[in-house]
Amino acid sequence: MNTLKTFRIGGVHPAENKFSENAAIETLALPKQVIVPLGQNLGVASKVQVKKGDEVKVGQLIATGEAFISANLHSPVSGKILKIDEAVDASGYRRPAVFIEVVDDIWDESIDRTPQIIHEIKLSKQEIIQRIKSCGLVGLGGATFPTHVKLMVPEGKKAEFLIINGVECEPYLTSDHRMMLEKPEEIIIGIKILMKALEVDKAIIGIENNKQDAISKLSEICKKHNGVSVQPLKVKYPQGGEKQLIKATVNREVPSGKLPIEVGCVVQNVGTAFAVYEAVQKNKPLFERIVTVTGKNILKPSNFLVRIGTSVTDLLEKAGWQPETAGKVINGGPMMGKSLSSIEAPIVKGTSGILVLNSNESYREKINPCIRCGKCITVCPMGLEPYLLARVSETGMFDIAEGSHILDCIECGSCQFTCPSARPLLDHIRLGKGKVAHIIRTRKN
Amino acid sequence: MNNVLLFALLALGLLSVAAAIILYFVAQKFKVIEDPRIDSVDEVLPKANCGGCGFAGCRNFAEATIRSADLNKSIEGLNCPVGGNNVMKEVAAILGLTADEKDPLIAVIRCNGGKKHSPSKVQYDGATSCAFAHNLFAGEGGCPNGCLGLGDCEVSCNFDALFMNHETGLPEVNDKCVACGACVKACPRFIIEMRPKGKKDRRIFVSCINTEKGGPAKKNCSVACIGCSKCFQVCPYEAITMANNLAYIDPVKCKLCRKCVEVCPTDAIHELNFPPRKPKTETEVTTTNSTSESLA
Repeated sequence: MNTLKTFRIGGVHPAENKFSENAAIETLALPKQVIVPLGQNLGVASKVQVKKGDEVKVGQLIATGEAFISANLHSPVSGKILKIDEAVDASGYRRPAVFIEVVDDIWDESIDRTPQIIHEIKLSKQEIIQRIKSCGLVGLGGATFPTHVKLMVPEGKKAEFLIINGVECEPYLTSDHRMMLEKPEEIIIGIKILMKALEVDKAIIGIENNKQDAISKLSEICKKHNGVSVQPLKVKYPQGGEKQLIKATVNREVPSGKLPIEVGCVVQNVGTAFAVYEAVQKNKPLFERIVTVTGKNILKPSNFLVRIGTSVTDLLEKAGWQPETAGKVINGGPMMGKSLSSIEAPIVKGTSGILVLNSNESYREKINPCIRCGKCITVCPMGLEPYLLARVSETGMFDIAEGSHILDCIECGSCQFTCPSARPLLDHIRLGKGKVAHIIRTRKN
Repeated sequence: MNNVLLFALLALGLLSVAAAIILYFVAQKFKVIEDPRIDSVDEVLPKANCGGCGFAGCRNFAEATIRSADLNKSIEGLNCPVGGNNVMKEVAAILGLTADEKDPLIAVIRCNGGKKHSPSKVQYDGATSCAFAHNLFAGEGGCPNGCLGLGDCEVSCNFDALFMNHETGLPEVNDKCVACGACVKACPRFIIEMRPKGKKDRRIFVSCINTEKGGPAKKNCSVACIGCSKCFQVCPYEAITMANNLAYIDPVKCKLCRKCVEVCPTDAIHELNFPPRKPKTETEVTTTNSTSESLA
């Protein structure tokens, strides 16, 4: 038997708990009101283009991304702009947002709503990138990096591989899995479009081996398409990390502090590939996404197709949660997700799942002193020394932190997951990363 | 046998003489001539090495004063907050200069939310540090500017002057505070401010730094400054400025008339160490006075 491919160093294997993998994607009923935060993408927040009282249609542009790393924003519903005010986001801080009252469901005429699949790619490379930009696509894996920026290969560099991330290494989450099962044709066409935009002839879809049905389904379709192949991977967290996935699929290592294009790779999520299909072939902007609602607390773990701006409460209620026993509501998966401080917070482009943990599951263990067992070093997928980075960040020795490549940390949390003393390693490293990045910025100026 | 001993002693003796000669000449050649005044200034400094003066330690500060005295013939701008005016006078005397009288400063906590006035909406069980919590979320009470109550300032204080009150969830400063400024740097939300101690330790300040509009601010905290400008209008000395829905009292211009305290609708303005008001004022004011006294 062939051993499955995976990345070389580190990694952990938390309990998978994929409760919702057999739940078909359900379309959630329209809410009464949506709150669309303006800063949904990595980089600069979008600039609002509508005013109070305006009537909007589904898919109408409401905010534009004007900086280089910024994305457009479209109305997810039709109705009236109630106000442009600050709204509490997932972290409890108030951020500018557009409040829209939902009236009917009138879509913009330019969007093709027919169900048939369009195979032929008519647009040219430049047109594709332009369309993706105008449709406000961002990476749907969670980092929300604007997609069009990733597709603009810098001068002097050449992309050789397009790597599609269907790994979904986070426990609990199944939104990408369901997407691959239910929209395989569309995903492959999306990949073809991305390949055309990047001018590459090889695309590899990396899928972890616990999703056999998705692997067989996509492999079947890939036979009809030249250059696209499926690569089953060993189940290991954090394989969905860009650098880990490149190592696992094409066995190349991204140098420290560099982007994947340095080794000729561009990584996109399967969700993004589907959004690319919809944007380019159907002219549909990014205003809805698939969100997994799961956890032992949830009666009916589900995958919902929801409009951006829907409140988390709506999803939780639809999936049947039990507020009495819920301990924590987490935005994202259990490894990298952050706990929500308000369940009124809206769903944004980067929300891949809502996880509810029971009160007996969610607690912090007592922090004990470091026993120098070295487990964190063994599991770090970037080959760093988490115990050292945490220690120097704690004591403020930022020169050592910088020299020990603290900025290479991908914040996967494997170190903290494995630490037998339950030390808050990642918390310290995150703080140190921020400080070191700040020091470097001031040094440049 | 005796010979061996003799040779060993001789060899070592010669070596040590040679080393002593070399060391003598090296010491002559690389002699560092240090200003004797540095030592004498260092002598009178408090030796807390707290960094409150802006230098790495007391010795560093002593060197800086000598440099400044030589270059500018004054030690203006240099101040040891721990030693205060007495120490600065001694330092100036050593250098043959005069020191400016400076009002002593004290740390002031500009948040009065805590568990009582800004009740918890969510529970945080992450690592106990304000710096972590500040990066993660707005705070248990929901105020994005308010005290997180996890005690980074308490850890930073080297003078036993600042302790967390676990009942209110807020830090309290006592009179051991020497205004070294460590807590100001430790607080990720910049809640702590160094203000002049004031005459007879009397101070008036706005105990809130929330810059949200009145509605949202009041929703999270019953004692938030809502930016109503009432204090700004009533102040006869133009000591109060309004910016970003927040009032700020300039401690230099403030004449401690206490008019602003009376008009504040949310009791966000605190007065410390004042005698009780005349009977015509309500007892309510005195109660806030006594609670805020412990907050100073």
